[in-house]
Amino acid sequence: MTLPDAYVLRLSGITKRFGPLVANDAISFELKRGEVIALLGENGAGKTTLMNILFGHYVADEGTVEVMGKKLAPGDPRAALDAGVGMVHQHFTLAENMTVLENIALGTQSPWKIRLDRVAARRRIGKLSSDFGLALDPDATVASLSVGERQRVEILKALYRDARILILDEPTAVLTPSETDALFRTLKLLVAQGLSIIFISHKLHEVMAVSDRVLVLRAGRLAGERATEGSSRSELAALMVGQHVASPTVGEPKTGSVLLELKNVSTSGQGSSTRLDDVSLVLRAGEITGLAGVSGNGQATLAALIAGTLKPSSGQMAISGAQVADWTPRAALSRGIGRIPEDRHAVGTIGDMSVTENVISERYGTPRFSRRGFLDWRAARNFAEEIIRDYDVKCPSPEARIRLLSGGNMQKLILGRALDADPVIILANQPTRGLDVGAVAFVHRRLLEARERGAAILLISEDLEEVLTLSDRILVMSKGRLSSPSKRGERSIRELGELMAGQGEAA
Amino acid sequence: MRLEPKPAPSLGVTLLFPVVAIAATLVFASLLVLAAGASPFSVFYLVAKGAAGSQFAILETLTRATPLIFTGLAVAVAFRAKLWNIGAEAQLYIGGVVTVVLGTGALPLPAIVLVPLILVASMVAGALLLAGPAVLKTRFGVDEVVTTLLLNFIVVLFVSMLLEGVLKDPMGLGWPQSQRVIADAQLPRLIQGKRLHFGFVIAVVAAVVTWVIMKKTVLGYEMRAVGHNPEAARFAGIPVNRVLMKTALLSGGLAALAGFSEVAGLKGNLTLDLSPGYGYTGIVVAMLAMLNPLGVIAAAIFVAGIFVGADAMSRTAGVPSYIAQVMVATALLTMVTAILLTRYRVRWK
Repeated sequence: MTLPDAYVLRLSGITKRFGPLVANDAISFELKRGEVIALLGENGAGKTTLMNILFGHYVADEGTVEVMGKKLAPGDPRAALDAGVGMVHQHFTLAENMTVLENIALGTQSPWKIRLDRVAARRRIGKLSSDFGLALDPDATVASLSVGERQRVEILKALYRDARILILDEPTAVLTPSETDALFRTLKLLVAQGLSIIFISHKLHEVMAVSDRVLVLRAGRLAGERATEGSSRSELAALMVGQHVASPTVGEPKTGSVLLELKNVSTSGQGSSTRLDDVSLVLRAGEITGLAGVSGNGQATLAALIAGTLKPSSGQMAISGAQVADWTPRAALSRGIGRIPEDRHAVGTIGDMSVTENVISERYGTPRFSRRGFLDWRAARNFAEEIIRDYDVKCPSPEARIRLLSGGNMQKLILGRALDADPVIILANQPTRGLDVGAVAFVHRRLLEARERGAAILLISEDLEEVLTLSDRILVMSKGRLSSPSKRGERSIRELGELMAGQGEAA
Repeated sequence: MRLEPKPAPSLGVTLLFPVVAIAATLVFASLLVLAAGASPFSVFYLVAKGAAGSQFAILETLTRATPLIFTGLAVAVAFRAKLWNIGAEAQLYIGGVVTVVLGTGALPLPAIVLVPLILVASMVAGALLLAGPAVLKTRFGVDEVVTTLLLNFIVVLFVSMLLEGVLKDPMGLGWPQSQRVIADAQLPRLIQGKRLHFGFVIAVVAAVVTWVIMKKTVLGYEMRAVGHNPEAARFAGIPVNRVLMKTALLSGGLAALAGFSEVAGLKGNLTLDLSPGYGYTGIVVAMLAMLNPLGVIAAAIFVAGIFVGADAMSRTAGVPSYIAQVMVATALLTMVTAILLTRYRVRWK
């Protein structure tokens, strides 16, 4: 049965390095006609890098990509498109002010042709949408579409270009459950037509639902390959997570007084943030409160509130019993809130400034670092050296641009900046995302030390295992609402999962 | 072709870029000179001689550099915080207006009081002029490139109205020009009988002070942080909008000093040709200086030298002095490209 030409795609020995980091290490696999492969792995395992190589966004250091038996020119998205590879990115690449039809036809015609052949394009789009259950109005502007509809435009765009291989990068991350179901139905229709699909995800249940075969990536390597039928979720999870470092020993909490209290807080949900709906939360001294949930359910909004970058539309916050009136980052800092932001590149650091300039960014105005409007660069540099030493940061010098540091070292620096001020409340938002195991253990140890010291810690993480290991109490956030808290070990993983999916009790 | 980020180059390499930019400029300009039917070497020799070949030439170059230092500083400060002030031309003219309003006899004060008073007043006026676009930007997200650029035309037309109206010199034989500033409001000449005036000293001091602000003070740190990454700056508790306002006030004030110094130091009165585009050329100066306030002095002298030298050259060699505009523009383009190459590496495949 396995004729050689049944393979539509063959990756052999793909290796890609970014400086010292090996993002992909000799990865090889094949994709058959009409097959759905799931590429499973944690954040930072190298899934997206691999697909970017396949699609020509990156050039692999070693290895080759063959499509339909022909070698693909590296580093050329146009060649990948021409060979029949279509990709639906996690972040859509659509022109919002143009119509669905224009977006789909964009770039398919020779630029020398002035007029777009709308009649033919419309006919073709109409046929594709009805064949594959991708209902869309071709004349609607993309700006007026929902996220799920935009994704359909992306899929149609790929199909319009005669894609035979479709790559979907975390396609369900932004979808509601019913949109997800519709997507899965479409994928089944596509496969029935002989298309092959690579489905990138870190959600086990989706992988089980759609794929024929699962490839598990871990730290840049292919950790295992299983036929979906006959493999279990727990088996795949073990492959994905690998040998975790010995879990830190977490002693009994020495719970103290209430340090932070949110009472019936709601936000207006302007812009892109998920709105919070009547959230109440208590953080106690000496305790880690873990907040689990699927990304985009309001965790970022809650973090912004506590960090001081967002004001609520209603509700109150009290710190150590005192009402908070001014919600600004500066006020949060002065009240002893230490903050580890979710995005260390865009929010946590200023890439083109030095390590020294970055470590003082939250406290440059204090007498320690400035007098009468002048900065004390010597004190700043000493402070940077102190953090570099105490937090084991590997960097060329305090004068180096922080952009040049690896993610783990950047995170240690942010951790040092936040913890050095002996904060009474610590907001740790995805503190270990994308870090290697050693750095993860380091961050966990420091957070536990702060807990011993009597700080109240809010740990927000999409990594359920991290939440389960570290937290004394666990809350689940879903659609902008918080579940009731549960003590360590009180709820099973399944119960937590149901809460994350928005089922079960409402808070 | 694509760009990939790379580590920062050493200081030596960084200083090499203006040199490379100038060399590339000369090569390009020689092609045009050849097209004009002259020898590039003699033309460049004449430009150099006209810019620095005699005491007169050097003093003339420094005189021409003075307003460019002010507008270059104004642009450098604003661009550092990514506040795109394209309106130095307007701020310059406002500085000139304030100088003639206060300096033509309205205030009978001794020079030691009057000159600093006018200096400060013109700075305030320039600062307030840029405060408008800055408020629109921070409050309502209005693009300051558009507002500051368009303000240039509004202000120049406003000055034209003043010169045909309330500020018109009754003894001016009908020309649109203001009265001359009184002796106590004038900046002294540095050398008796030459055109170089005290404004040049003020410009150099302004550059040093600006450098200190950018490197040593809390405000300079905040401005750089806001310019590099406003979101991270906001998260760290830096009051981004307030910093942008302070930047606007500083930048507008510096640009207005150009108008003050030209009127009180050189021209003596306000006319519509007070500035042959010093506000715009300030952008070139700031970019050539890589936004470094001390570099602005050198860049301003370089640009002024090309203009002064080209004027002298065109009188003898017959090549139009427009070649100076081409050279300055080419220098800017090569410099911007060179700065890009310090931070990114080009991959052709």
